[in-house]
Amino acid sequence: MGKYMEMIRIRFLMMLAYRTNYYSGILIYSINIGAYYFLWSAIYGGKENIQGLSITQMTTYIAVAWMARAFYFNNIDREIAMEIKEGKVAVEMVRPYPYLNMKMMQGLGEGIFRLLFFSVPGMVIVSLVFPVELSVNLETWVFFFVSILFSFIINTQINLLAGIATFFLFNNDGLIRAKRVVIDLFSGLILPLSFYPMWAQNIMSYLPFQGISYIPSMIFTEGFKGSQVFEALINQAVWSAILIIPVYGLWVLAKRQLVVQGG
Amino acid sequence: MENIIEVQNLKKAFKSYSSRQGLKGAFRDLFTRNYTIKTAVDDISFSIKRGEMVGYIGENGAGKSTSIKMLTGILTPTDGKIVVNGMNPHKEREKFVKTIGVVFGQRSQLWWDIAVQESFRLLKKIYNVPDEQYEEHMKDVIDTLDIGPLLDKPVRKLSLGQRMRCELAAALIHNPPLLFLDEPTIGLDVLVKLKIREFLKRINEKYGTTILLTTHDLSDIEALCERVVMLDEGKIIYDGPLKELRENWAEGKQIQFQFSEKATLEELQNLTKDHLVVWEQGESDLIWVASVDSDETVISGVIGKVTAVKKIADLKILEISTEEIIRNIYVEGAVRHG
Ligand SMILES: Nc1ncnc2c1ncn2[C@@H]1O[C@H](COP(=O)(O)OP(=O)(O)OP(=O)(O)O)[C@@H](O)[C@H]1O
Ligand SMILES: [Mg+2]
Repeated sequence: MGKYMEMIRIRFLMMLAYRTNYYSGILIYSINIGAYYFLWSAIYGGKENIQGLSITQMTTYIAVAWMARAFYFNNIDREIAMEIKEGKVAVEMVRPYPYLNMKMMQGLGEGIFRLLFFSVPGMVIVSLVFPVELSVNLETWVFFFVSILFSFIINTQINLLAGIATFFLFNNDGLIRAKRVVIDLFSGLILPLSFYPMWAQNIMSYLPFQGISYIPSMIFTEGFKGSQVFEALINQAVWSAILIIPVYGLWVLAKRQLVVQGG
Repeated sequence: MENIIEVQNLKKAFKSYSSRQGLKGAFRDLFTRNYTIKTAVDDISFSIKRGEMVGYIGENGAGKSTSIKMLTGILTPTDGKIVVNGMNPHKEREKFVKTIGVVFGQRSQLWWDIAVQESFRLLKKIYNVPDEQYEEHMKDVIDTLDIGPLLDKPVRKLSLGQRMRCELAAALIHNPPLLFLDEPTIGLDVLVKLKIREFLKRINEKYGTTILLTTHDLSDIEALCERVVMLDEGKIIYDGPLKELRENWAEGKQIQFQFSEKATLEELQNLTKDHLVVWEQGESDLIWVASVDSDETVISGVIGKVTAVKKIADLKILEISTEEIIRNIYVEGAVRHG
């Protein structure tokens, strides 16, 4: 356990060393949120609510979706791909720890850093400018934090899969980029899933992506109520567990045919 | 003494795919792909005892790094058996790697963006090293390698030589009984090389650490290793004491004369026709080199005959260097046994 905590700490330190990179990030996210806010204001026109969400809920949804993204999002798919291409996995393989767990912890260190230094100040700025409604209900906050933890797990497992695929494809930049688009679209980051046509919603309910963004954002905006919240959390938990299987399977196959470049 | 490394009939073959030409070729590649098989390590067997320092040498592409990757559990062998520290490196990877230290001269194992001591601290946690053991052992390592002043610098700001000393220290945090070094002195200046050699000798004496190292700098091997294993095209062509390799190959000596006046080949051959001598011209027609057997009567005979007739400005007797011996072996591709 100690080594995992240490790895989270180290990654946190590394991020801290480059923290100035993040000030511009906050600005970019704020602009994004602003653009969506004006777009949605135009769409709502005078209407009270669309698909059960009011304009304030919608703005909150967008804001929280982007801020949560700062926590669950990480580049470990790219990192793994690079370590494989440059032969750095060799070094990882002579260390006495499970490589994938360690990568996950690095992602977590990065996520915690961004949550504290990016999402929190970002959220403060955004709620000063736009009509964002933060819940005063403690339960909602607790459910939300449990939910984004699952978001992190699901998203990171998908990243691991994309990263490990490098062992087989060798050059998988395309795959990683495609994966990013799919997640942004199907996770509900850009558009709440309830806005999609029924047939698309049906398909997406069988996919893990809604657990990444749609569920935590709906919990935060209190778009989900009562038993809906629990069903959503269970959905996330089930996907977190199911995804372990392909990640582990692919990893076992990959190790067997690991080829280290260079040296 | 027990064997710490045991390798039997070890083999590693790489499949490398080649693409066909043109669109039609690319289409065919989708279904069946052409490949060639490269046997990087070809049926090698050897064993290493506790406390030995062994030099693993061979030309570029001989298969040294590939062997080390198999011995450290990074690559799966195509065939053969490896037992290191009583374990199968690939099968019991996590448990196994706790008992070894590895340095790859060509890639860093430290975290690039953080201070050296942060890397050390992380490794200490990873290897579960108790505080007292760490304090005592690492203080010694840090002093001997003289890296104390570097500890609070980020790795990316270190020079190659500074970084390599830190890499060595990092590989020794858990004080492993076995150390693999793949080109640890690549690109280092003479002073750093000396420091590293001294350090390796010291840990070998103090802790009985077994060391297997590859290098292209034969003076490393001469300074450290009594035994060398020589690889060529994936096969072991020599495994034995360095001394023996030298004795079998450096059969002769060279006598270099610098004359005060011009000398010709015929003239010199005439003077020494009683002995078996091969004359070669040196850098100018004043300098000539006689290659002879290392036999006292021959050497003094040749020198006596020549100096009796010709005036000389300088005279040197040269041993054939290990460098030259190894070069000859590489060129011939086999080892003569004496
Ligand atoms: N991943 C790989 N795929 C295909 N062939 C490889 C691969 N890795 C190594 N080889 C081949 O195996 C042979 C041995 O390589 P290796 O890296 O073990 O050599 P080496 O003895 O360490 O050489 P050097 O002194 O240059 O480091 C080389 O011919 C190399 O081309
Ligand atoms: Mg090599």
